[in-house]
Amino acid sequence: MSEIIITPKIQSNVPLEIPNVKPDVFAGKSIDEIKEVEIYQGNEIVKLSEFFEVEGESAETPGEIKIIIDGDASNIKRIGQGMTAGEIIVKGDVSMYVGLDMKGGKIIVEGNAASWAGQTMKGGELEIMGSAGDYVGSSYRGDWRGMSGGFITIHGNVGYEIAEYLSGGKIVVKGNANHMPGIHMNSGVLIIEGNVTSRTGGEMSGGTIIVKGVMDEFLAGFKYLGIERDIQVNGEDIPGVFYKFTGDYAIKGAHGTVYVAVAGNKHIVP
Amino acid sequence: MELVNNVICPFCGTLCDDIICKVENEEIVGTYNACRIGHSKFVHAEGAMRYTKPLLRKNGEFVEISYDEAIEKAAQILVDAKRPVMYGWSCTDCASQEVGMELAEEVRAVIDNTASVCHGPSLLAVHDTGYPVCTLGEVKNRADVVVYWGCNPFHAHPRHIARHSYARGFFRERGRPDRTMIVVDPRNSDTAKLADIHLQLEYNKDYELVDAMRSALKGHDILYDEVAGIPREQIIGAVEALKKAQFGILFFGMGITHSLGKHRNIDTAIMMTQELNQFAKWTLIPMRGHYNVNGFNQVCTWESGYPFCVDFATGEPRYNPGETGTNDLLQNKEADAMMVIASDPGAHFPQRALQTMIEIPLISIEPHRTPTTELADLIIPPAIVGMEAEGTAYRMDGVPLRMKKVVESDLLTDNQILTKILERAQELEASK
Ligand code: SF4
Repeated sequence: MSEIIITPKIQSNVPLEIPNVKPDVFAGKSIDEIKEVEIYQGNEIVKLSEFFEVEGESAETPGEIKIIIDGDASNIKRIGQGMTAGEIIVKGDVSMYVGLDMKGGKIIVEGNAASWAGQTMKGGELEIMGSAGDYVGSSYRGDWRGMSGGFITIHGNVGYEIAEYLSGGKIVVKGNANHMPGIHMNSGVLIIEGNVTSRTGGEMSGGTIIVKGVMDEFLAGFKYLGIERDIQVNGEDIPGVFYKFTGDYAIKGAHGTVYVAVAGNKHIVP
Repeated sequence: MELVNNVICPFCGTLCDDIICKVENEEIVGTYNACRIGHSKFVHAEGAMRYTKPLLRKNGEFVEISYDEAIEKAAQILVDAKRPVMYGWSCTDCASQEVGMELAEEVRAVIDNTASVCHGPSLLAVHDTGYPVCTLGEVKNRADVVVYWGCNPFHAHPRHIARHSYARGFFRERGRPDRTMIVVDPRNSDTAKLADIHLQLEYNKDYELVDAMRSALKGHDILYDEVAGIPREQIIGAVEALKKAQFGILFFGMGITHSLGKHRNIDTAIMMTQELNQFAKWTLIPMRGHYNVNGFNQVCTWESGYPFCVDFATGEPRYNPGETGTNDLLQNKEADAMMVIASDPGAHFPQRALQTMIEIPLISIEPHRTPTTELADLIIPPAIVGMEAEGTAYRMDGVPLRMKKVVESDLLTDNQILTKILERAQELEASK
């Protein structure tokens, strides 16, 4: 794989948007041509080289390209938007919409991500080594289809309304989740290995949520089905003992499934 | 003294249209029919200081400048900025808001109104679920079950209850005795004291309660004995009361739009209202605060496709409250210039947002001295719409009403000021 290293040289006072920094756009371009790629600084279009050093070697097809953003990208939005192949590695934090609308390839963020990571993602893999903000793998505002394919892993904690309107794919959170994970989700799998505050699966109509930590509170619109041991979800074995619920019956015809680890969660069983 | 009849009150979203103003020497000296808060706007409450000339801050002090100089300065600030935000809009007329939209597009700004900090969550819910709305006239003539959820009109919209819920209507000849009033509020508010049924839920538990109610509405059991501090039987009783209505109306306010979950509370409440239509006629109306906050959302939607928080940075409208809300832009230190019109964020925004407002160039188009003008670098005083200028406003139920000009003023209107800034901005953008 050929590596292209992009190093932030000055920080902008307003956020940068760099949807064009992805293997799909860089493929077939020389390093000098990549320096000319357009990005947004607030409401102005500027050249990539105004804010970044660019070095390394490009390739003919996106699948052969690995882009390394070597520095603080906490003021940079839309990294890897719509990418279909190749790899992006960010050596620090990122701002909003990392992996937005991603269709293939892989993104690794070594720091934290702000909100809307993997919004409307359709394929590929997004891995965040730190924590992420709200709305991981969510829909665009007003749409009823969130992430529909691909795989997101968050090693830290997440904020509100992750997996909102989840329609497919899989999200794994190693840390804790704040209110309303899986709200309105209709398909797909959400696994939370840490704790959750409340409203897990609110208004969900389908799909599966597994909570391995402690859930502070649960919703009265679900039905309790009993205890299950060593479950299987979409062909994957998940060991443990779980309370099983179905709902959310606030929604007509809902058939979502929520598994909650028995350990520490006696209070949510009626 | 002269009496001017059928004046519309430019204060709250009830937009009362039966005010009589007493006018002496081109000044409103008294009113009939207005409530106390409406009245104090008409007669300029005690202590209100009115600006008569544009002011520019120079070395920390305000100096008087001409309108032309002020407009030049405002246009320059907006054109030079890379992430300008134009906020407010809720106390001016729709035609001015329309010019504002054009200006935002011209200078590629983010444009947002006070819904951002009040009924924004309702707007987010509306595009997720729909909007089963009716007019206040229908409420008055038809409603037999009136729900006030998370709002206290007794104090915030003082004539609302009397004009629409207590009033005699065509099918409700006796007025109040013909209606059941249900209040859902954690507090025993003055509105709750008037209710037939008061569901005193725990704080931040609106979503849990609606979830249980919706599930009961579909004939399912409620999982727990008590939800949001309310026993199962009482929840089922309340659901039965809603089902038995002939014409039900749900009024809702900040108590549910800004409790935990925000737009998700409204989303599920709207869905419940829709689902209740299997049993009875059910509708809802948000209790809008500023008199024309709704108007901006209408104008913004018909101009850009989105109701508020519209970002023109790339030339085409984008929308994402949470990123493009004024508070988001200020608190994340994204904005590099701000124009405030027809609202007072200086009094209402959190410290972290005010900090950015202090750091960046701030234009305030505002008739009175307010906490916002204290932070401003440039103040442009307009005539007050609904008193010194006419214009259209949208009532909380979406009915547009034409506001009167009651007295004369030497000041430019919001519309004139914005049009001049727009013309100058167009020239500056063209010469860039
Ligand atoms: S209720 Fe609202 S619109 Fe009516 S008079 Fe009072 S402030 Fe004005």
